[in-house]
Amino acid sequence: MKKEKIIQVEKLTKTFGDFTAVKGITFDVFKGEIFGFLGANGAGKTTAMKMLIGISNPTSGSAIVAGLDVATQADLVKKNIGYMSQKFSLYDDLTIKENITFFGGIYGLSRKQIKEKTQQLITKLEMQNVADNLVGSLPLGWKQKLSFSVALLHEPKIVFLDEPTGGVDPITRRQFWEMIYTQAHKGTTIFVTTHYMDEAEYCDRVSIMVDGVIEALDTPKNLKQQFNVESMNDVFLKLARNIE
Amino acid sequence: MLPIIFILPLIQLVILSNAASFEVKNIRLSYLDHDRSAASRELISKFKASSYFNVSSEFQSKKEANLQMQKGNTDVILEIPIHFERNLIKQKNTNLSVSINAIDGAAAGVSNVYITQIISSFNQSIQTQLQTYNDGNATQPENIMTIPSFWYNKTLNYKTFMVPGILVLLVTMLSLFLSSMNIVREKEVGTLEQINVTPIKKHQFIIGKLFPFWVLGLVILTVGLVIAIVIFNVPILGNIFLIYGFTSIYLILILGIGLFISNHTETQQQAMFIAWFFTVIFILMSGLFTPIESMPTWAQNITYFNPIRYFVEVIRMVMLKGADFNEIKTKIGIIALYAFVINGFAVWSYKKTN
Repeated sequence: MKKEKIIQVEKLTKTFGDFTAVKGITFDVFKGEIFGFLGANGAGKTTAMKMLIGISNPTSGSAIVAGLDVATQADLVKKNIGYMSQKFSLYDDLTIKENITFFGGIYGLSRKQIKEKTQQLITKLEMQNVADNLVGSLPLGWKQKLSFSVALLHEPKIVFLDEPTGGVDPITRRQFWEMIYTQAHKGTTIFVTTHYMDEAEYCDRVSIMVDGVIEALDTPKNLKQQFNVESMNDVFLKLARNIE
Repeated sequence: MLPIIFILPLIQLVILSNAASFEVKNIRLSYLDHDRSAASRELISKFKASSYFNVSSEFQSKKEANLQMQKGNTDVILEIPIHFERNLIKQKNTNLSVSINAIDGAAAGVSNVYITQIISSFNQSIQTQLQTYNDGNATQPENIMTIPSFWYNKTLNYKTFMVPGILVLLVTMLSLFLSSMNIVREKEVGTLEQINVTPIKKHQFIIGKLFPFWVLGLVILTVGLVIAIVIFNVPILGNIFLIYGFTSIYLILILGIGLFISNHTETQQQAMFIAWFFTVIFILMSGLFTPIESMPTWAQNITYFNPIRYFVEVIRMVMLKGADFNEIKTKIGIIALYAFVINGFAVWSYKKTN
């Protein structure tokens, strides 16, 4: 049913000097799905993702994101995507409201839109009491939820989440994934990297990257069958061990 | 942070302007008088009368004098030879020995000038006296006298000279440091990556980043000028808008250098180190503390690339000499061109995509 391809990656390669971080990966992401992009540290996930969001030029191969080529139309791609990185990336020395206004402005929202969005967002996150506090003073979990909401301000077609729940407590992680689900139901495509294998189970489809190549790509259910194991954790271990 | 940005430079301006003086005062002078004549006593009393010298003591032997010099108890030893007065009258010339402690070469040079002036004025008055005495007629001695005349800063007030220069340094350092630390800080914190993922245009981001520092630079200049006028009574003979006009362009250049540094460094430490490297060279080769004319030719050539040099020259010309636009237009042109080139490089080297 979900057949519209929103990300098309063809033999995408990135080389730094004589080290090839991403070795010609090919995959598609469909509209409205939650796509889990897994891999061990140093497997090339972050590098691949940076090419998809237009801040790193591919050495060879192509990537079409939201119908636009990342190599030649990076700025247009950026208008259509949201991004939230593992490093918390709102401005700590601005208040919640100021951050929303700032990023809203960058994405070209009008003053009126910004005002409405700010109101909605703060109510949804139940942050009315702290709306004028500096973001730096918030607990990490709150920051991450806020950061995710800000990445959605301009209603992007795709959101890229780079280890969004790193260092966050289990309850907040659960809430965070509820937010992701809600957003996916609205038709937004979610592209997420994570190290938590229980989170991988929540994804519609999962790819596992090992040493710069995608070793497996399917639904969590099929992957478990294919490798004849109980959990995604075991799938991951099996793949990583084969390489050793 | 904001009070720090404002208050520290102004404290520096007040302290440095008072301290950074080339005047040499309280030179400790001792003497050996082998002649013990009227002429030798008159010469010594001339030194005693001068406000630059502290005539401390008379030594009995050259050996003792040298010992005190080595101990650092005296700066200058004046040795009046035997038959000083007799030779002066009979042969119209005589020798004096002056030893100057030259550990601080600059101060020794200045002391030397003062001593020469006192001795020559003494010599002239001696000759005048002698002539008057011999002829009975009050004829003028046939000596050519030089009368120093200092233009634009009549009293040779060092503060008048230094305050505009130090103000230039403060404006430059502040804007260079703040701008070079700024974008690199965002690299460290991680917000720059977030910005790079947004569709914001390069020029929007850069202008947004640097404009506050441009305003800050002009505000610091304003407060500094007020201090210069109120506390140091520095005159502003020229049009103050020329200073502002020049500073506006100058700040664009400095912020461009800061941006360039920021683009090519990964941490604030690196940026700080490089900013210091340039600042020290710019300051020491600006002509503020050492005259450019006395530098070797290769060093003089380097100073043509030193923005502070132009700013120091312009602010002094406009404030102390009352220069108009025509007199500084070449310098404005050079700085504008320089700003254009540096900012071109800086914007070009700022990449949203690697």
